[in-house]
Amino acid sequence: MADRKTEGRPRALFPRWLLRSGVTVGSIAVTMLGLLFVTFMIGRVMPVDPVLAIVGDRASAEVYQQVYERLGLDRPLIVQFAIYLGDVVRGDFGMSILTARPVAEDIARVFPATLELATLGTVIGVAFGVPLGVVAAVRRGSWIDQIARVVALVGYSMPIFWLGLMGLLIFYGILGWVGGPGRVSIFYADMVPPVTGMILVDSALDGNWTVFRDALSHIVLPAALLGYYSLAYISRMTRSFMLEQLSAEYVTTARVKGMSEWAVIWGHAFRNIRVQLITVVALSYAGLLEGSVLTEIIFSWPGIGSYITTALLSADMNAVLGGTVVVGLVFVLLNVASDLLYKFLDPRAK
Amino acid sequence: MNAFSKLMSGAALGLSVALTAMPGWAETPANMLVIATRIDDITSLDPAQSFEFSGGDVIRNLYGKLVNFDPLNLEAGFQPDLAESWEVSEDGRTITFTMREGVNFESGNPVTAEDAAFSLRRAVKLNLNPSFILTQFGLTADNVDEMIRVEDGKLKLTTDKAYATSFVLNCLTANIGSIVDMQTVMANEQNGDMGNAWLSTHSAGSGAYRLVSWKPNESVTLAANPDFHEGAPAMERVVVRHVQESATQRLLLERGDIDIARNLNPEDIAGVSGRDGVKIQEELKGYLMYFSLNQKVPELAKPEVRQAFKYMVDYEGMANSFLKGQYTVQQNFLPRSYLGSVDENPFSLDIEKAKALLAEAGVEGLELEIGVREVQDRMEIAQSLQNTFAQAGVKLNITVGTGAQILGRYRARELDVYLGTWGPDYPDPQTNASTFAWNADNSDEAQLTGVLAWRNSWDAAGLTEKVDAAVVENDTETRAQMYRDIQAEFRETSPFAIMFQNIEQSAMSENVANFTTGQAIMDAAYWEVTK
Amino acid sequence: MSGTAWREWLLTDTPHSRMQARAAALYQGWLAFRSNTLAMFGLGILVFLLAVAAFAPVIAPHDPYYQDLANRLQPLGTEGHSLGTDSLGRDILSRLIYGSRITLYIVALVALIAPVAGLIVGTVAGYVGGWVDMVLMRITDIFLAFPRLVLALAFVAALGAGIENAVLAISLTAWPPYARIARAETLTIRNSDYISAVRLQGAGPLRIITKHIWPLCISSLIVRVTLDMAGIILAAAGLGFLGLGAQPPSPEWGAMISEGRRFILDHWWVATMPGLAIFTVSLAFNLLGDGLRDVLDPKSEK
Repeated sequence: MADRKTEGRPRALFPRWLLRSGVTVGSIAVTMLGLLFVTFMIGRVMPVDPVLAIVGDRASAEVYQQVYERLGLDRPLIVQFAIYLGDVVRGDFGMSILTARPVAEDIARVFPATLELATLGTVIGVAFGVPLGVVAAVRRGSWIDQIARVVALVGYSMPIFWLGLMGLLIFYGILGWVGGPGRVSIFYADMVPPVTGMILVDSALDGNWTVFRDALSHIVLPAALLGYYSLAYISRMTRSFMLEQLSAEYVTTARVKGMSEWAVIWGHAFRNIRVQLITVVALSYAGLLEGSVLTEIIFSWPGIGSYITTALLSADMNAVLGGTVVVGLVFVLLNVASDLLYKFLDPRAK
Repeated sequence: MNAFSKLMSGAALGLSVALTAMPGWAETPANMLVIATRIDDITSLDPAQSFEFSGGDVIRNLYGKLVNFDPLNLEAGFQPDLAESWEVSEDGRTITFTMREGVNFESGNPVTAEDAAFSLRRAVKLNLNPSFILTQFGLTADNVDEMIRVEDGKLKLTTDKAYATSFVLNCLTANIGSIVDMQTVMANEQNGDMGNAWLSTHSAGSGAYRLVSWKPNESVTLAANPDFHEGAPAMERVVVRHVQESATQRLLLERGDIDIARNLNPEDIAGVSGRDGVKIQEELKGYLMYFSLNQKVPELAKPEVRQAFKYMVDYEGMANSFLKGQYTVQQNFLPRSYLGSVDENPFSLDIEKAKALLAEAGVEGLELEIGVREVQDRMEIAQSLQNTFAQAGVKLNITVGTGAQILGRYRARELDVYLGTWGPDYPDPQTNASTFAWNADNSDEAQLTGVLAWRNSWDAAGLTEKVDAAVVENDTETRAQMYRDIQAEFRETSPFAIMFQNIEQSAMSENVANFTTGQAIMDAAYWEVTK
Repeated sequence: MSGTAWREWLLTDTPHSRMQARAAALYQGWLAFRSNTLAMFGLGILVFLLAVAAFAPVIAPHDPYYQDLANRLQPLGTEGHSLGTDSLGRDILSRLIYGSRITLYIVALVALIAPVAGLIVGTVAGYVGGWVDMVLMRITDIFLAFPRLVLALAFVAALGAGIENAVLAISLTAWPPYARIARAETLTIRNSDYISAVRLQGAGPLRIITKHIWPLCISSLIVRVTLDMAGIILAAAGLGFLGLGAQPPSPEWGAMISEGRRFILDHWWVATMPGLAIFTVSLAFNLLGDGLRDVLDPKSEK
């Protein structure tokens, strides 16, 4: 019996941190598997014919049948899924119909473009949105609160192509302050060796500041636009969270004790909304990482949003699945990161 | 006027001056041509596979063909390219090509008859989208090694019937007739694909340019071939950028960041025309806009009803408003500038006449579904049709979908009415005649899904034989007359209401000369461009 | 009972029945809400919108579907077309007026489905914890991790095209963020003293969640919903654009914006007018939401 006891003591074999990270990894795997399965099924119920996407409008019935069988569409669904899963585990996402190259290679090209844009957009959104939200909450009902509200709502209700085209017309067309559509001027295209695929990072690594400046002038407008959208969301949520805290008793107590307003706001109230804020920022960042199709179209930005959408509409299911997996993985990882941050910042959330 | 309003009007003036007189601050380098267009339709750059508009524009500049069109003189018809001359055998079934000497591929290998034979056989054997252009001559994977052969350094092409020579040669000017470098292509073969995967993203030709890179949805970059047999192109580098939005293309052009914008809509064309340093070039293209009536719907199968619909369209109203400058009325299945094309457009909006025809057929309270792709101009045409049909008492419900979705239902013969475009595949009247006015077997089982007449369940009412006769007629004038007769009958009786022919308006900076999108018969050519 | 008697009955400090107490609470909420000018302004806009939608045939100067190709893209202030005409020569003002019906319909449906679903999933997961939390959050994650369009397209594909299905598809993609917010809120309050007190009094989990946790989560959800309104209208337009939402010639506002996109540099009003309409409505919802928050949120009582 004694032998059994030692055997049954997981702690001795697996330390707690390992168990916990095992659970985390497990839940990521489950999420990803679910994601893959649902996406795979979507591909099969979509009213778009993947065979037609390959053979084209003029194809004869015979050519059609040939491709149908080559794609393995005549096999049972579950077998198709199993085969696909096996390939994915080995890192093979298959070939894209639309681009005639491996999906993995396509994603390595389009995802860094989105990552670069979304990160800068989120930085802008947080840098302006959080202070704006805090000020709006503190000066509730004042003109500054009203302006913050209108600014946020304009961002929400004017479609992005409207703002995007107006921005392009003014800052690029008339004033010439920023670079035009595209990631970099064509004269600088392919000048820095691609390491991360993000031109700003690559040119900085290469020490090529001319390209860096050029890329910056191209990214600043679309990033500001996306930043505006996340600013709108972040500032409204910040305001709402802050209002809750500012009406709490401990704030009144702190004020009565003669604590400075600055310390009350930032030292107390703001400290307590950090956890909620992280959820909000993570959600908004994840939203941007999904790729904003219209922004990408207007700024000719070859990102993952338009990649997935185009693929979906043409039933290029390998590309859709690959893109979805990557967006999903990034999202799950962001979640894990924000969960870790919760625990670090807020002892109450166990 | 007080100081404030002076200031305001001054500012307004300044803004309007800035808006109207935007100078081209930036300029593209003198030896580089930058074009903004939409390239998201490219799925492959292998000439045996590519069958999309923008892929065709790229391939035309990468590869030589046996016979080709001169970009600056398209009216002259096919001209010698990699073949110096050709002879037709007495029975009219075999054409012997003598190859041009001293032309090399980009790899440095010489272009030989063996390469030409390989290229055509390869296209037949791969049997991909455009292969029907060659297989319609009776070429199959099994017989192609005998039908296409090399004798004494000359290429011999044999067909199953004595087709009109102009028909065969016109087909060889299509991109599937591109001559690829056999050694290079076969060196990159994977799993017996005859180099298809490699050639989808690389070039191995002897044309004016070689492919530097194709980044999907981003750009295509070409570099000039200094040894091009017609002389080195002036534009040493050509960059084709993918720019989806018309407004964005317009801003890029106005800023001088591109030389040519190819997809401006009528409103943006109006906005840039008359501006300093910008000119508009108009070329008649081959795409037709039409709607068709599925003959499976019993009411639509009546001859009076088919004709009635042709009087329910506001041809002039659309062509002069939201389609202005980009479509011209054409009610025949051959685009203008094709052999045998006609200019007769007898139909116009006449609701009373349409009503009378419907009454004659005893049809009333008709309700139909029209399938349309999610493209703005087509959705507007559909709404205009909905409007005029309603005036004649026909209710039209619009179903919008993606290209593949709508096309799938059209091919399955499920749509009552289809609205869409058709572009010719090669510069010969047979290309449209064989799909609009030809249907060998109208049964569901025949699955002639590539044939438009079949998709509309129309048996082509005796036109099939006439089309088959025209394609083997060797006297050009007689042949042209045969097509004119077919079209006269088709126009009145067919379930197709052909409405418009496309005009491409390219806006470009004034110093660009000799650019052509290839008009109705060809793809774009860059090697004659100067600026 | 006269007006003053009603008032007294409602404002009494000693209610005689549960119903009276509830009615009194509602009335007091209304009084608080009424004193908030901005919220009243928002409510006013929405009432106006409802009236416009109800009386559209009477108010609209033209038939919203009547085309006049000779008279297209007329600017603002044209005689007979105060907001100009669109690409097919239809009167923009009339289309906006008729479109308000569709807009209200979409907004109402989505706002009813998505936040409620999110609230239920989020609070249950946050309160119960353990494996329930794990399972619910994994499902939420799967939905959240999806690119929205893929998910919406799939639902519409399965259900068939049309405006109702488009709304349903949008709701199904919109609930996960609400669930996450609700869960985060729940996590921070479930261990608070007063919840423990309620639990000690013997309240079951269902009662705790519905009576004590939901009211606390509602404020941030309302803020989010009112902010999302414009997004919902535009998302419906996005699906319409792909042929899965409102079909032409329906004067749905979002569809009108995408139609006007082509003319934005020269005929800006075609896209801007419906954009302004969406802005006004979302401003109204937002002002209303802020007002409601103050009334509903027990934490911010003065």
